[in-house]
Amino acid sequence: MSFLDYFRSKKSNNTANVAKERLQIIVAHERGQREQPDYLPQLQQELLAVIRKYVQISDDMVQVEVDRNDSCSVLELNVTLPES
Amino acid sequence: MARIIVVTSGKGGVGKTTTSASISTGLAKRGHKTVVIDFDVGLRNLDLIMNCERRVVYDFVNVIQGEASLNQALIRDKRVQSLYILPASQTREKEALTREGVEKVINELSETFDYIVCDSPAGIEHGALMALYYADEAVVVTNPEVSSVRDSDRILGILQSKSRRAEMGQDPVKEHLLLTRYNPSRVEKGEMLSVGDVEEILAIPLLGVIPESQIVLNASNQGLPVILEENSDAGQAYDDAVARLLGEEREHRFMSAQKKGFLSRMFKGG
Repeated sequence: MSFLDYFRSKKSNNTANVAKERLQIIVAHERGQREQPDYLPQLQQELLAVIRKYVQISDDMVQVEVDRNDSCSVLELNVTLPES
Repeated sequence: MARIIVVTSGKGGVGKTTTSASISTGLAKRGHKTVVIDFDVGLRNLDLIMNCERRVVYDFVNVIQGEASLNQALIRDKRVQSLYILPASQTREKEALTREGVEKVINELSETFDYIVCDSPAGIEHGALMALYYADEAVVVTNPEVSSVRDSDRILGILQSKSRRAEMGQDPVKEHLLLTRYNPSRVEKGEMLSVGDVEEILAIPLLGVIPESQIVLNASNQGLPVILEENSDAGQAYDDAVARLLGEEREHRFMSAQKKGFLSRMFKGG
């Protein structure tokens, strides 16, 4: 650090770290979606419609994911029900 | 059989054509018979960067449609022996690049060339998909900047699912990261993603780091591939990248900021 730096206003602006964290999150998310089968969004919509016949839930309360292992794939369905 | 290398990125303006020009020139300089193909139909620019824009008579699409032979369309580089350029069409529709047509041209080139370098257009549309479809290896050009890194990851996904190798269930396309416009002093200040950051996010092997340099614009102004600026840092960094592409071990250079003199340290900060 230079001698004159002591007289400058010091801002902590490590924006590279912010960029890295944001990228890690979005890239992981997009990679997850890439491996998902094409029918998943529609499956999610239809499941929502069925559940809504009985319970009022919002769009983000149903999560559908496919986990692929070597031998089999698992369809994981997460439904959050509102507190009644 | 030729090795087919696609230079791709997803994002535009990161240095694909600059890189295609330098890598193909570097391969030819080492004695490998090399052809570089411009896949950017409608927006061709490789001819300008390679300084042969006034020698274009026939183009890639003419060859695909049987209006010219390959020998008529190939432009022989005036500086480096055994280097040829196949320019893109400036007037046709992108769809003129059919999969069968591209395959026919690549097969014919494969018989006589050692390396086929495919300069991809930006985006993930037809032209970009055609450029990467037949690739054995991919050089993914990335800037240390959020949108470029994200787009590179997207293009990696496409290489892994939509290339011929992926569709045929063959060994995957060999991926290489080429980080361009790297500014070590901004990295040291925490203002730019570091090589390590980008490697960690994209998780593919590093082919090289090209420092941001004024020489790149000066070279393109004159139609000179940067790699021929042998005394410049960017030119040497490209030369290292080509050597690594050929399997040579070379230490990475130009990744830390140059030390400043005493006076500039006093008055401009470290």
